[in-house]
This record gives sequence, structure tokens and C-alpha cells, in this order.
Amino acid sequence: MMGFVWFWLVAVMIVGYVVLDGFDLGVGVLHLFLAHTESEKRAMLASIGPVWDGNEVWLLAGGGTLYFAFPLLYASAFSGFYLPLMIVLWLLVLRGVSLELRNHLELGVWRTLLDGVFGLASALLAIFYGAALANVLRGVPLQPDGYFFLPLWTNWRPGVDPGILDWYTVIGGLVALAALTLHGALWLTIKVSGNLAERARRIVTPLWLALLALTVISLITTIAVRPASLDNYFHYPVTFIIPVGVVASLVGIWFWNHNSQPVKAFLASCFYLFFMLAGACWGVYPTLLPATTGAANDITLTRAISGPHTLAVGLAWWIFGMALAVAYVVFVYSRFRGKADAPAGGH
Amino acid sequence: MTSELIHRLQFAFTVTYHYLFPQLTMGLGLLIVVLKTVALRTNSEQWNQAARFWGRIFGINFVFGVVTGIPMEFEFGTNWARFSQLSGGVIGQPLAMEGVFSFFLESAFLGLFLYGEKRLSRVMHWFSAVMVFVGSWISGFFIIVTDAWMQHPVAYSRMPDGRFEVLSFWHLLLNPWALLQYAHNMMGAVVTGSFVMAAVGAFYLLEQRREEYGRIFLQTGVVAGLISTILIIFPTGDMHGKYVARHQPAAIAAMEGLFKSTTGAGIVLMGQPNEETGEIDNPIVVNDVLSFLIYGTTKAEVKGLDQFPRDQWPTALPLLFYAYHIMAGLGTWFALVMAVAAFLLWRKRLYSSRWILWALLLSFPLPYIANTAGWMTAELGRQPWLIYGLMRTGDGYSSLVSAGNGLFTLLGFMGLYALLSVLFVVLIYREISHGPEVKTPAVETPVAAS
Repeated sequence: MMGFVWFWLVAVMIVGYVVLDGFDLGVGVLHLFLAHTESEKRAMLASIGPVWDGNEVWLLAGGGTLYFAFPLLYASAFSGFYLPLMIVLWLLVLRGVSLELRNHLELGVWRTLLDGVFGLASALLAIFYGAALANVLRGVPLQPDGYFFLPLWTNWRPGVDPGILDWYTVIGGLVALAALTLHGALWLTIKVSGNLAERARRIVTPLWLALLALTVISLITTIAVRPASLDNYFHYPVTFIIPVGVVASLVGIWFWNHNSQPVKAFLASCFYLFFMLAGACWGVYPTLLPATTGAANDITLTRAISGPHTLAVGLAWWIFGMALAVAYVVFVYSRFRGKADAPAGGH
Repeated sequence: MTSELIHRLQFAFTVTYHYLFPQLTMGLGLLIVVLKTVALRTNSEQWNQAARFWGRIFGINFVFGVVTGIPMEFEFGTNWARFSQLSGGVIGQPLAMEGVFSFFLESAFLGLFLYGEKRLSRVMHWFSAVMVFVGSWISGFFIIVTDAWMQHPVAYSRMPDGRFEVLSFWHLLLNPWALLQYAHNMMGAVVTGSFVMAAVGAFYLLEQRREEYGRIFLQTGVVAGLISTILIIFPTGDMHGKYVARHQPAAIAAMEGLFKSTTGAGIVLMGQPNEETGEIDNPIVVNDVLSFLIYGTTKAEVKGLDQFPRDQWPTALPLLFYAYHIMAGLGTWFALVMAVAAFLLWRKRLYSSRWILWALLLSFPLPYIANTAGWMTAELGRQPWLIYGLMRTGDGYSSLVSAGNGLFTLLGFMGLYALLSVLFVVLIYREISHGPEVKTPAVETPVAAS
């Protein structure tokens, strides 16, 4: 029971992170080509300025929760995905600092460089997150003691000894890139105004089409790479509500974006991310990290979970702390609601 | 190079670099509350402007602290997998609590404090400063709890498979080691904040520009500096030292360079520990003082390293000795400088005494060195243990991450952080040279007239 609860609590933190940091990653990608003038660029960055570091807190809080609830999973996955995780860390550093620098300096030509770093780091992060999830779905070459180490790539094919990157995980990366870029575009339709908002609204269409295609491809390839991921669904057919939710969210994005209801379209995109992640989690549950070396080596919920007292104590403060955290988040977003570019948005 | 060494170096390098930023934000967090409180009570725009200025410095440091802090949480898993697997049930707890209780609070209210002043009432803006301060200090507490458990494990039970589980949540949080270390460490942060604030004040007065702000900074920095430089020695440093002596006697012996047990042990002020001969070369010693400091009597016997098997001596003995002496020596200097400055402030001669302004200005890097040396003392003193008395450092690292892969990322971090250092200096120098009265660029206050 505790295992079930904590599995989904960690999942909630991950979803929280993806939904929140997702849109500022998307804005990071888009600001490379959506803004035509410096003031438009500033408006785009202003829309994420007060919140991006708070969004990254979800990653920290999620990582910490994973650490104490599933120490073996944390230890195994973090050391096994050593190289890509370190690259993710470097990208997070570069991205945060380039945004901060841009806010503080009048840099002339250097600004182009910072914009490039910020946009590229955002895009690569999205790709790495998607690839990471795909790695979990595909499985890793776990040894009996629960550890593994993956190189960045081997022969680009999923198999017993794959690399972090193979054709399947690259697809996962592209899904994430499309989904988060779309998510960022929808955020912009809420937070900026004028021509820029119109351009953001128009770019949703191609992004949406790309995402639709990639979603379908990822679904098919996931079933091909890991046929067992449908077992839970057939066992509890009511959970087919999850893929239905994915489709409904996609329809919602399209519909509300075309009817100029940006908030609803953005929320639909949040739900898309939620259903995709929940669907992936449910596809592997109660395994946490499948082994390509045979199911006996899987890291399962019961194998990785902390002791009952640790979890009971943790639940008490977690509920209290997260209620507070959500209150802060709601408070901050409500204080910064409205257009981020209001002074310049007179046209 | 063994992979154990690489993993240790990477963690030491990244955490040392990271802690350059939080020590300032935790200290400044308190000082900004002081500035805002004066501004609120006296309705002074100048004190408010001073608070905004330090808020910007805080903001830059916060961002650097966040981006260099995320790797820390990851590195428990990436570089110390076997340690994390066994101890996650205990120390994962305070680490997760830091995220949940502190970072949400801190980042939310920092966003409001920096970007939302026009959208908040004056009292709410003051309140957001208080919340930023509280958030940063809670954060420090959970990190200290984590470290304290490795230094002095309490409130745990051991599973048949070797894993540690929390036995009592409150005993974990209220670990006496953690409380002492926290008090000492937070005073260290206030010392850094005070010296930096006073140094900028001194800089403005020496330059004869923005002297009204220079005086505000000096006044605040020197008063906070006097209090914190005293408290860091007594009672917090004194009590912490005695507690270390009781629970990690080998660490104290190594810190003090005491190779042989001695009755009426003297304190070595300077010298070079020589592990081969088991002596201190070129010692400058004050008789009986060490016995007095630890046991309150000059006649007490202090255990030397000869009482401990060689494989339980701290592994980097000379470095530990120097780290401790640098910390203690600088701590003495801080108290001296701040006492003189405070005396002059009281006599209303501080602002015109250029020699003490120079001393304050040039002293600003020293608290960073002292804080770093203090942490090195704590962590090197813990060696060869990862969890004191329970798990050796050599048993905790990620055995599947090879030395080559470890060195790749260590070099990567070094390169990246070298770049960050340049950028950080440019950013901070620019803020200081533009001064408190500069309006921030458009991006920062985009919400002006909605």
C-alpha cells in the first residue's frame, strides 16, 4: 500500500516538474525564432523570469523524494545514467546562468551568444528528458545487484546492451521536444500580446501536427520495444481512460487554440503531459526500472522501497509540506497573472 | 588515480564551489530583513533602496546557488550510489524536506521580492523578504541535519540487508551535533554577509561616491559583523569543538596536530605536521591551552593520535590540520577587525578612518576562505568514515562509474565553473559599480503598468 502511494507521489512530482519547467523550456526553444525584435524577446523571457527557478525546484523536490522513498532506484538509476545526467546538470547550469546574465547585462553581440546557449540548452534538455523516459520504458542492462552503467550510445539499437541513445529513445526525445515546445507556445499565447501572441498561436498548428504524429509513432514503437507495457491496461481495462485522455487533451489543445481560449488550451496541454507520463508509469508499474537482462533483475517497487517507518514519517511531512508549496506556487502565479509585456504591448 | 579519489574530488570540488553562494545568501537574507525593517519603520526610501540593491546581489547569488546546487543532490546518486542505497531511508529524508519546505518558499518569495514590489503592499514586500530569509535558513538546517547524521549517526536502525532506516524522526532532526553545527555554520554565513556588506560600504566611502549608502552598509555590516564574529567563536565554536572532541577524538587530535597523548596539552598555533616522524615541525605552541579549551582545566589529558589505530586516522591529515588552523586564525582576525570597526562606529569615527575602511574592504574574501576551511575541517575530520564509525568512504562510491568517466565529468565541472566564476565576477562588479540607485533593466520589471 505504502509502495503504491509513494510510487504515485513521486510520479506527481515528476509531472509537476514537467508541466511547470516544461513551458519555460518550450519558451526557451521558441525565443530563438519566434521573436522578431529585442523587445519581443524580452517579453518572452519576462513571461518566465519570475517563475523558472521555482519550476526547477520541482526537480529537486522530486529527486529528494525519490531518494528517500526508493533509495535503490535512486542509486541505481543515477549512477547508471551517469553521463547523460551530468550533461543534463551542465545544461541546467548553462541555461540558468545565460538567462540570468541576459537580464543583467547590456551585452551587444554577446547577447546573440547567450540567446543561442539558452535556446539550445532548453532544446537539449527537452530531448534528454524524453530520452530518459524512453530509457526507463525500454529497460537497462541491470546486473543482479541492481546496478548498471550505460554508455551514451552503442549501435543505436535497443537490445540487451543498448546505449542511452538508440533509435527508440531518440524518438522519445523528439516527442518531448515537440510536446514542450508546444506547451511553451501555448503559455506564450496567455502571457504575451499583439503580433507576438498571434505568431505563438499560429505556430501551435505545425507543432501540434508534429506532436500528433510523434505521439502515434512513440505509442507503436513502445509496444514493439516493450510488449509487456500493455499488460496492465488489459488487466484493468478501465485504465484505457489514460490513452483516451491523451487523445482528448490533443483535441482540446487544437480546439481551444483555434477558438482563442488560450488558458484552456494551455491546461489541455498540461493534461496531455500528465496523461502521457501517467500512461508510461502505468505501463511499467509495479516495475520501476525494467531490466533488459531478464525480468529477475527488474528493480521493482517492493525491492526498492524504503522501510515502513521511514515512509510513514515521510508521508506526514510530505503532505504538509507540499500543501504549503502548492499554496506558494498558486500565490506567486496569481501575483504575476496577466500579460508579461503589458507596458510595451500597446499595439 | 583511483575512482574513489575521483569521486571524492568531484564531490568536494562541486560542493565547495556551490557553498560560495549560499553562505552569502543566508547571511544577506538576514541583513536584507534588517534593511527592510528599518525602511518600514522609518519610512526611509534610502534604506529601501539599499534593500533593493542587496536584493539584486542576493538574486544573482541565488541563481548561481541554485544551478550549482542541483548537481549536489544528484551526485549522492551518481557518485555515491552504494552509500545512497544504504542510507537513503535516513538522509534522503532531510534532503527531500529541503526541497519541499525550503526551496518552494524561498524561490516563490524571492520572485515576489525581486519582481513584485509594485504589486505588493509595503508590509507584504517586507514580509516576502522575511520569507526569503526563513527559506534560506531552513534550507541550511536540512543540509546540516544530513551532514550531521554522517558525522554523528543517531536515530537509525539497521535492516538485515544493511540498509539504514529512520527510527525517530525528531531525534534525527534534533541531533545535538546538527544543532551545534547549525548554530556555528549560520554564524559563519552571517560573518560572510556582514563582511561583504561592510566591504561595499567601505568601497563607496573610499571612492567618495554614494556615501549615504556606504554609511548604511557599513553601519549594518559592522554591527552584524561584531555580533556574528563573537558568536561564531563563543559559544557556538567552543561548544561544537568540545562536542567533536567527545565524539570524534581522532579528528580533534589531527586538527590540533597532537600525535601523542598529553596531560596539559598545549595548542599549536603554527607548524607543519609530519606524519613520518609523528611530530609538528617548527611548532609555535602555547602551553596547556588545548587541555583548557576542551576540558576546562589545564591539567586534563588530551588523547593524541597514538591512541588510535593507524587505519582510523583522518586520511588527509596535514590538510585537515591546515584547514582547521586557517579557519581558527581567520576567525580571530574577523573578531578583531569588527571590534575595532564597531568601536570607531560608536565613537563616530568609522566613516573617516580610511585605514579601517581599507581593512574592511580587503577582508571581504577571507570569510569565504574561513567558511570553506571550516567545512573542510568537518569533512576531512570525518574521514576515513563516510558515516562515522559505520561505513568507510571506500565502501560508498559508485563502483560501476569508472575513474575515466568520473574524471571526464570532474574536468567538465571545472571548466564550466571556471566560466561561471568569470561571469559571476562581471555581474557582481557591475551591480556594485552601478550602485543602489540604478534602475534595473526592463526585463526585470516588465509588470510595471498592467
